[in-house]
Amino acid sequence: MSLTDTGAPAQAAENPPPGPGRRRGLTERLLAVRELSLLLALGALILVTTLRNDRFLSGQSIKDLLLGCAILVILAVGQTLVIVTRNVDLSVGSILGLVAFATGELFLAAPGTPWPVALLLGVALGAVCGVVNGGLIAVAKVPALVITLGTLYAFRGIDYYWAAGRQINAADMPRSFLRLGNQTVLGVPALFLVALIVVAAVGFYLRSYRSGRELYAIGSEPAAARLSGIPVGRRVFAVFVANGALAGLAGVLYAARFGTLDAAAGTGLELQVVAAAVVGGVAIFGGSAYGAALGAVLLTTIGSSLAVLRIDPFWQQAVVGALILAAIGLDRLLALRMAARLRGRSAHGA
Amino acid sequence: MAHDSLYAAPPSAADTEREAGRLAGLRGALGSWDAAIVAALVVAVVLAGLSVPNFATGRNAQFLLLDLVPLALLALPMTLIVITGEIDLSVASMVGLGSTLMGQLWLSSGLSLELICVLVVLLGAAFGAVNGLFVTGFGLPSLAVTIGTLALYRGLSFVVLGDQAVADFPASWTAAAVQTIPGTSIPAAVVPVLLLALVFGVVLHATPAGRALYAMGNNDEAATFAGVSVARTKFWLFVVSGAVCGLAGVFWTLRYASARGDNATGLELTVVTAVLLGGVSIFGGRGGLLGVVAGVLLLGVLRNALQLADVDANALTIVTGTLLIVSVVLPNAVADVRARLHRRRQRAHLTAS
Repeated sequence: MSLTDTGAPAQAAENPPPGPGRRRGLTERLLAVRELSLLLALGALILVTTLRNDRFLSGQSIKDLLLGCAILVILAVGQTLVIVTRNVDLSVGSILGLVAFATGELFLAAPGTPWPVALLLGVALGAVCGVVNGGLIAVAKVPALVITLGTLYAFRGIDYYWAAGRQINAADMPRSFLRLGNQTVLGVPALFLVALIVVAAVGFYLRSYRSGRELYAIGSEPAAARLSGIPVGRRVFAVFVANGALAGLAGVLYAARFGTLDAAAGTGLELQVVAAAVVGGVAIFGGSAYGAALGAVLLTTIGSSLAVLRIDPFWQQAVVGALILAAIGLDRLLALRMAARLRGRSAHGA
Repeated sequence: MAHDSLYAAPPSAADTEREAGRLAGLRGALGSWDAAIVAALVVAVVLAGLSVPNFATGRNAQFLLLDLVPLALLALPMTLIVITGEIDLSVASMVGLGSTLMGQLWLSSGLSLELICVLVVLLGAAFGAVNGLFVTGFGLPSLAVTIGTLALYRGLSFVVLGDQAVADFPASWTAAAVQTIPGTSIPAAVVPVLLLALVFGVVLHATPAGRALYAMGNNDEAATFAGVSVARTKFWLFVVSGAVCGLAGVFWTLRYASARGDNATGLELTVVTAVLLGGVSIFGGRGGLLGVVAGVLLLGVLRNALQLADVDANALTIVTGTLLIVSVVLPNAVADVRARLHRRRQRAHLTAS
């Protein structure tokens, strides 16, 4: 799936090549480095909100913000892996819900389980869900969109079937596990540190590993990637397994953070995850884990600043939608301009 | 282009021969897909009637059909859109927004309900036009655009009514929405749905415009060279989709006598499932309306029967999800096996001669 399309550059031919104006070039370059423009947007948002209410930058408020975005950041980074290969995984919310409930069940069945074991089991279960996704996509050769739409339903259904209306409460889980969800290290929530580690690891992998670069090649042109010897099928399968494992990790952390679990945990989360990735500039011709993580932080911050700015919280989802449209529109515009510029340059060279 | 975006990968040169075999097989498989779905529907109805108590009663049939009206309405334009290789994931949000707008207008505008209904349908068309503008005007992939408007329209529907519900619609109207055709247990609302289905079916299967939709689904560029105005047609398809969503919003509001921001949440997934189950290819260019109508009914019958058999309504999503996966995996698997058999036969033929 291409969330942003480079197709039909023919339209760009009509655009005159941009003038030599320095300022314009600078803003354009700023916009092209998505991480930078995201940081600017985030800074502006925090500034405006703080001017309105200075408690927005208090320690507690920042802690809440970091805690709130940690799970979304992990999911958005996983989704980045999938989207750069021209696929999408809509089942992450359901995987998170299933793993979160499974973690609760584990502690009900074996109260003495140490939390690292629960964490590993959760990641493993998530990876199994990813194997189902990746396997079906590889075997059936149908778009990931359709398969993961199906597993979105199926995993959630399994969750409901298993839960059968029950709810698991914080009292059923060991204290050490719940502390994981609220503990801070040097004032930073442990959850956010986990998210940071994931961002750094995936970001480094995508940037510096051969197989990471190959993911971008697959996304740009699967046929060309195949012809140049990249095992496309195996890479795509691995990407879905990795994304499933990260969703599993997020599920365990969700259980630790909220304590109260039913089968509806994480419903509709996939939309926010895709939004975070798209706003973060993740598309077939690029995007990084850092951008997606910043997108997730921005979305979470918008949520909490709406409350501070006394804007009806019902606006939040509408803002998310508008942001997605703006982000893909901007990407499109930049792609067209880039194409026009390249054409102009080659014309000069000739 | 945009349907390219729904492909996992465009076929490579190395795969061309294999792909050709697969497509031929797919065509064969899909020719019988309509028949297979209708047969599955008949089997499901008979089995459910025999084994599930209370399934084969008039009252159950009434509610089964009533529940399917919004799904069937949305599936009609979705079929056409998917055939052109695009997708509209914002349909359920447009239904929700239509519903809350209807509630808010009724609450505060003092207009007559007839006028409000017309307004809601027109507003729906306007929301669809926004989708169409982004997809065809700006050349963005419909998947990304409609994920965006899915969030936008759902958000706006909460903005319109907050977490309130408007429920004081006149009883004569809400009763009319669930009324049955006198002397039968078939709801009257089925009639306009069937009429619309007929219109969509005729347009799709018996007019040049309908053929053009298939052409676009198979190859945008070739369709353009053949004189089809691809962008304009797709734009109007999104507008029609929005208008039908407005209509479904009106029905939803009256049927449940309640306008709420979360009306029809998640329905878009069921609609896509029904359309794909009905044999429309997600790659575009293939499928028919008869199969989709049968797919909608099959989905409804299965869910209804399982619900009567005391399966938790939420756990039923397993059925929806599995059906969706099976309906895309099965045709491909069948085509694969056929292509393989064909090749083996050819090889055997070669060695024999």
